[in-house]
Amino acid sequence: MTDSPNPVLDSRMETAPREPAGAVTALTVNGLRYRWPGAPGDVLDIEALSVAAGEAVFVRGPSGCGKSTLLSLLAGVLVPDSGEVCALGQSWRALSPSGRDRHRADHLGYIFQQFNLLPYLSVLDNVRLPCRFSARRARQTPPGGAESLLARTGLAERHWRQPAGALSIGQQQRVAAARALIGTPELVIADEPTSALDEDLREGFMDLLLGVCADEGSALVFVSHDSRLAARFGRVIDLPSVNRAVQA
Amino acid sequence: MSALWSLALRSAWNRRFVLGLVTASIALSTLLLLGIERLRHDVRDTFAQAVSGTDLIVGARTGPVQLLLYSVFRIGNATNNIRWASAQALAQHRAVAWTVPISLGDSHRGFAVMGTTRDYFERFRHGDREALKLAQGRVFDGLFNAVLGAEVAHRLGYRLGDPIVLSHGDGAFEANDHDDKPFTVVGILAPTGTPVDRTVHIGLPSMEAIHLDWASGAHLPGQHVSAEDAAQHDLTPRTVTAVLVGLKNRAAVFGVQREVAAYRDEPLLAILPGVALDELWDVVGVGERGLLAMSALVSVVSLVGLVAVILAGLDQRRRELAILRAVGAGPRQVLLLLALEGALVTACGVALGVLAGAAVLALGAGWVQARFGIALGLYAPTVAEWQLIGALLGAGWLASLVPGWRAYRLSLVDGLSPRT
Repeated sequence: MTDSPNPVLDSRMETAPREPAGAVTALTVNGLRYRWPGAPGDVLDIEALSVAAGEAVFVRGPSGCGKSTLLSLLAGVLVPDSGEVCALGQSWRALSPSGRDRHRADHLGYIFQQFNLLPYLSVLDNVRLPCRFSARRARQTPPGGAESLLARTGLAERHWRQPAGALSIGQQQRVAAARALIGTPELVIADEPTSALDEDLREGFMDLLLGVCADEGSALVFVSHDSRLAARFGRVIDLPSVNRAVQA
Repeated sequence: MSALWSLALRSAWNRRFVLGLVTASIALSTLLLLGIERLRHDVRDTFAQAVSGTDLIVGARTGPVQLLLYSVFRIGNATNNIRWASAQALAQHRAVAWTVPISLGDSHRGFAVMGTTRDYFERFRHGDREALKLAQGRVFDGLFNAVLGAEVAHRLGYRLGDPIVLSHGDGAFEANDHDDKPFTVVGILAPTGTPVDRTVHIGLPSMEAIHLDWASGAHLPGQHVSAEDAAQHDLTPRTVTAVLVGLKNRAAVFGVQREVAAYRDEPLLAILPGVALDELWDVVGVGERGLLAMSALVSVVSLVGLVAVILAGLDQRRRELAILRAVGAGPRQVLLLLALEGALVTACGVALGVLAGAAVLALGAGWVQARFGIALGLYAPTVAEWQLIGALLGAGWLASLVPGWRAYRLSLVDGLSPRT
C-alpha cells in the first residue's frame, strides 16, 4: 500500500507502538478529521496514531501534506472537526481554551524551524520562558537547571547573558532545544528544526535533541521532509500513508 | 501577570525608538492639557486674591465687569468719573462704615498711578483679609509724595527719596509728562501678588495738583502753576474714578446697591466684587472650555498615534506571538501583553508630561508673574488635574485594547504557523 522511496525503512513503518505497561501514552489520535474553514475537503483524515511515553517518532512527509496542521492539532492549538486527540491521556477537546493553554504549557515543548527565540530576551531568559507560564514546569526545574541544559548544548557561557538575537542560527536552534526541554515536559514536538541548518550543525543538533529527550524520558515527535534523518529514530511514520485525505 | 509585565517591558524597550516618539507625543499633549488646567486655576486664584473685605465698589454707570476690571485690576479705562459730591453723599450714607475714593488715569512708565486717601492703606485688604504692609518708609503725608508698589520699585530700581515724574494718560507722549511737578518716593509696599504691586500711589490732593493747569486731557498753553504755588489752591478733588465701600452690616449690601443705582443726581453703579468676578468667569469660561476641548482632542490624537504605531508593528511580531503560544501563553495573555505595553507607554508619556510641566513652571513662573501679574504656583496637582491624569491613563489603557484585540485574533488564527 505504501509507496515508500526507501525500502530500508519499511520494516520500521508502523502506526501502532509497543509501549511499556503502566506508562501514560504521550499522544493518542483517534478518527481525526480536520479541514480549514471554507476549504472544500479535509486536509487531515487519520484513523489512528499513537506515541508511547518516552518514544522518539520521526514523521516524514513532503511540504504541503498537512504536517504543520497535524502539529497544531497534536499541540492542542487547533481542535479537530471530528475525532479526538489526547495528549498524556487528556483530550484537548475536553478542555477550555485556557485549559488547553495551561496543559500545553505544563506538558509540551515545541521547536520551530527557525526564529525560536525572543530576540530581546537574554539566552537564559529564553530558556526559562516556559517556566514563566507553567508553575508545574517551574517546580520541576531545579535551581541552575537552565544553566545545566545550556551547558549540554555546548553554548559558551559568555553567550548566556547576551540577547538571543546576537547568536548564530545554529546556536539559536540549540538554545531552542534547551528551552523546549526545560522542566522535563513529557512531550516534545519539533517542526523541521534542522531544515535551516547546514550538514555539520545538523548532526550535532540531532545528537543533542535525541540525547536529552532520552535522558529526561520525554517523548519526541520529529517532523521533517528529510528522510536521511529517519535512520536515527526507532519508529518512522510516513504521513501521506496514514493520511487518508491525500490518498485518492 | 508579573511575567507578562516584564515581557511587555522588555519587548517595548526593544522597540524604544518608535515607542519613544509616541511617548513624547503623549507627553506633549499631557503638558498641554494639564498646563491649561493649571493656568485656568491659577488665573482665577490670582484674580480672586486681588480684593477682599470690600463690600461694594461704586463707579460711573458702565458695566459690572468693566468697573471691576478698571477699578481693581487696572485693566481698561473708566468711561466716566463720578463727582466728588456723589462720593461725599456715599460716605455719609447711614449704612456705610467707611469709604476709600480712588482716582485713576495717570501712569508712570507703564505702571498705573492711583490717587487715594491714607485710609486706603488701612482699609484695603487682599487674599485672606491681609492688610497692606510697608516694606520701607511711610504712607504719603506731603503734597508730592508717592508710595510705590513692590513691583514698580523692583523693576524700575527706585529707592526711598528718589524723584519720580508721572505722565498723563498712558504716558505715550513726552509732552504729557507732569515734569514740572516731580514726586518723591516716600514709601515702598511689601509684595502682595495683586495689582497693588504694579501701582504708584499718591494722595487725592496731589492728583488734583498736577492737573491744575490741565483741562480735557491736555496742558493748557500759557497757564502754568508751579509746584510751590499748587499748595495755595483748593485741592479738593472734583471727580474720582471709583469708591471702595465697607458697610456696617454686610446684610445691607443689596439694599445699598439698589439705592446707588437709583441715585438721582448722577448715574452710578455699585457692584459686589465677588459677583462681578463670577460674571467675568462666565464670559471667560466659554473660551476656557474651548481650550480644554481642544487639548482633549490633541490628547486623543496622540493616543490614536500610539494605537497606530503598535498596530502597524504587529505584523512584524507574528513570529513573536507564535513563540509565546508555543511556550504556553494563551490568546488572552497575548491580548493582555499588548494592552500592558500600551498602558506602559501611556503611563510613561503622562509622567513625562507632568515632569515637563513642573519644569516649565519652575523656569517660567517668574516671567509670567512679571509680565502678566499671574502667580503660577509650583504645587502638587489639584483634584481636577488628577482627574485629567486618570482620564488620560484610562483612555490609554482602553486604546491599547485595540491592538491587543488584533493580536488576540492574530494569535488565534496563526496558531503555531505564523504567516510572515
